Amino acid sequence: MSVDVRTVPEKLSRDKSAPTRRRGNWPRLTRVGLGVLSVLLGIAVWDLVSRNYTAFFLPSPMLTWQGAVELVRDGTLWDSVTASSTRILTGWALGVVIGVPVGLLMGCVPWLRLMLDPYIQFFRFVPPIAFVTLAIIWLGPGEASKVALIFYTTVFIVALNTLAGVLSVDELRLRAARALGANPVRTLASVVLPSTVPHVVTGARLAMGNSFLTIVSAEIVAAQSGLGSLIWTARNYAKTEWVFVGIIALGLLGYLFDWILRMVTSKTLRRYGVNF
Amino acid sequence: MTGSGSPVSVRDVDIRFGDFVAVRQANLDIGAGEFVCLLGPSGCGKSTLLNAIAGFVTPVDGEVTCGDTRVTGPDVSRGVVFQSAEALFPWLTVRQNVAFGPRMRGVGKAQRATAVDRYLAMVGLSHSADRFPAQLSGGMRQRAQLARVLANEPSVVLMDEPFGALDAQTRLVMQVELDRIWRETGATIVFVTHDIGEAILLADRIVTMTAGPSAGIKNIYPCDLPRPRDLTDPASAALFRQLREDIGAEVARTLRAQGLDDGHDGRATGDPAGRPAGAGTVEPSSPGVNGTRVADGDRRALR
Repeated sequence: MSVDVRTVPEKLSRDKSAPTRRRGNWPRLTRVGLGVLSVLLGIAVWDLVSRNYTAFFLPSPMLTWQGAVELVRDGTLWDSVTASSTRILTGWALGVVIGVPVGLLMGCVPWLRLMLDPYIQFFRFVPPIAFVTLAIIWLGPGEASKVALIFYTTVFIVALNTLAGVLSVDELRLRAARALGANPVRTLASVVLPSTVPHVVTGARLAMGNSFLTIVSAEIVAAQSGLGSLIWTARNYAKTEWVFVGIIALGLLGYLFDWILRMVTSKTLRRYGVNF
Repeated sequence: MTGSGSPVSVRDVDIRFGDFVAVRQANLDIGAGEFVCLLGPSGCGKSTLLNAIAGFVTPVDGEVTCGDTRVTGPDVSRGVVFQSAEALFPWLTVRQNVAFGPRMRGVGKAQRATAVDRYLAMVGLSHSADRFPAQLSGGMRQRAQLARVLANEPSVVLMDEPFGALDAQTRLVMQVELDRIWRETGATIVFVTHDIGEAILLADRIVTMTAGPSAGIKNIYPCDLPRPRDLTDPASAALFRQLREDIGAEVARTLRAQGLDDGHDGRATGDPAGRPAGAGTVEPSSPGVNGTRVADGDRRALR
């Protein structure tokens, strides 16, 4: 079956010792402290390096902070964040909702999988950015084109991960379900889908990351609002520090979204083997 | 549901996977409520035969019948307990796992709860009903599998080395429990194992198989020792030796086919010819013996 770079191998092990080993035996305070220390060090290095260049080439952390305050005061930053977030969440949610059943169907209906395979092999190599122009021609410069691009990014990744999950369902469980009286439809709903949950969650997380890539490109090309647009228009005012503010906001926003996703899924879907 | 077992009959069954002939001309008749062990080394086709009875694989020739109906696929009347506890659904609690079959069959909620409680109690898991499979020990997981199968009240229970992954002590406890549960339910049990002692402890009849490929039924040993059984009892010990020689001959044949010398044929008795000393009436090279046939030497050993 097609192995996509956007599909990561799923770790399904329920080995409780794994997270401990990965995180070491360090107390929480130390772990957080080291993270904070690292960030402060990074800012210090940035500050030192920026002294050698003009503010246009590399603005200092202080100047960037002032830029951020400026953008928060006039509401631009908040508007940009909400505009980008709304587009991402709408397109991403639609993509997950459509991608999961598509992946399930492809996994369960061999002829459908074979028919869709050429398209998947083809579109794997066409990044969403390549569709920006078409999206604007077909859907106009409004919200629809941006949401459609995020949807395209997401549906692909989620469907492929779901498909990989369906194909890796333990044959033993399928046999057990059949011998216990489950017909194919009920097997799909009560055995295949639950077995696939960790793959779906992984797909949704990867798709969230890719949605950020897509939204910036789309907003740079055609948008009056959003973080991509903020970064692009900063050029017109020769405000390089605004570019930095936009980049940092993107990074923080992505981190926040991923954290929320991880928290919610590992709380509600733990029994399906989702464990971060 | 006491005494509700169904007879199972395997007639001239051939099973192939592509060009590979796994089982050839297997014949076996199992009575209603009987406990039959399929005994043999790994790769001898005993699990394949069990899968054919379960309906997971379809014979290319011959037929399997259960009661009056021909087996064409899996069915709730034939429950299967797998060797691996991975067969349990890890996202469901023990109670939900056991309720799975009745839920699929559309049994009402109240009736379902009664059945689940009954079978959980039967396998001794009432106190762990709300735990997840990952929180159970190996023995408890196999109890859960058994309860899940029994909750469908099958007339035949097929068990594929269910205690193979358990430690020796737990296995012993499980064997005693299974003996009790079998008598309580009255179901027909077909039990696959490579453990001779396990077969003697549990079975009414022990079926040995010729080594695969092209495996077949080799001999059928009745085992009517009084229950509960004791492996140190002289009659058990005699049967044990006989079965070991019977199977040892098959293992030796397989090893010779793989190019190993006679001196390293893995036989415990050390007979260089690979011929069991005290089993003159057992014919090691007669596959496809009809299910009703019993070697005289075997009867002698049991009396």
